[in-house]
Amino acid sequence: MVNLIWAFMAIIGIVYAMFNGTMDEVNKAIFESANEAVTLSIGLISVLVFWLGIMKIAEEAGILRGLAKIFRPIVVKLFPEIPKEHPAIGYILSNITANMFGLGNAATPMGIKAMEQMKQLSGTDTASRSMITFLAINTSSLTLIPTTVIAIRMQYDSLSPTEIVGTTILATIIGTMSAIIIDRIFYYQSIRRK
Amino acid sequence: MIFISQVSLWIIPLFIMLVLLVGTWKKVPSYELFVEGGKEGVKMAFSLLPFLVGMIVAISIFRSSGALDAIIGLISPVLLFFGVPPEIVPLALIKPISGSAALGVTTELISTHGPDSFIGRLASTMQGSTDTTLYILTVYFGAVGIRKMRYALKVGLLADLVAIIAAIVIVTLVFG
Repeated sequence: MVNLIWAFMAIIGIVYAMFNGTMDEVNKAIFESANEAVTLSIGLISVLVFWLGIMKIAEEAGILRGLAKIFRPIVVKLFPEIPKEHPAIGYILSNITANMFGLGNAATPMGIKAMEQMKQLSGTDTASRSMITFLAINTSSLTLIPTTVIAIRMQYDSLSPTEIVGTTILATIIGTMSAIIIDRIFYYQSIRRK
Repeated sequence: MIFISQVSLWIIPLFIMLVLLVGTWKKVPSYELFVEGGKEGVKMAFSLLPFLVGMIVAISIFRSSGALDAIIGLISPVLLFFGVPPEIVPLALIKPISGSAALGVTTELISTHGPDSFIGRLASTMQGSTDTTLYILTVYFGAVGIRKMRYALKVGLLADLVAIIAAIVIVTLVFG
């Protein structure tokens, strides 16, 4: 899908330029924007290094684990099919807290582990209710601090690169809550049909 | 609404202070851990590079040829009626499909309209507030061999839509 969108943006652009005499601009844009993208990626290093460094300390100091403890009762409620002391709950919690701190690389393996555990519980190749709830929470991405976006804003000389943190958190919370609600609605519809 | 922009200003320094305090309290080697984690940051920036080059160049071709403006001109009356800025449409479309690609679109929007413009702030908020449904679905279900995904895709995409609408409403209220 992304391959199609990507290729067609370039193809449509070039074809449009053929008929509208903007080939000159297109030519310039190709090389200037490639250059810009490289400069940007290198500029991102500063913020990413600093933030991932801080997050490593947070991880080792047990802050992520502490947060997991706070969220445990909520997660147990959200996944009524999973027994309270089942290891799946632990993996779900680590996945959610890692996501909150923007540690995507740490979150994905935890998420896969959680899925494995939930698959053992259901024992089929059909997605279980808990799996879909877990996906819904993951796709709405609970982020506390959108590091990469802040870094990009800094690169483009924003007067206040972090001013979007508040709006992002608010939008994320609304997104995650609606994901949970939408998930419930579809679940109850699916059992009524049976 | 002033409260929200104040929270934005304070949250990062306060969080750093908290991490360092707890780290020192728990006697973990803070500086060494910082360096260790930082190395991953270097890797991450370089692995983003090809994604950004590919996407930003494709959008630049699309925009500089005039095709983007032509399409925006066509659909903007409908979108403006609902209070949606048409410039944001490419980001809303690509966001559920690929995170790195969406980052490229966000970057291009910030670069073209400026980070402190309405579009820049909206793109920033949208980038941070939803994740890539199709990617997560593929990776998680693929990894454990789930074949029938039932209503999972519908839930993910609907939630994305709500999050995008929420981002537009919130950014309009806070910065509008």
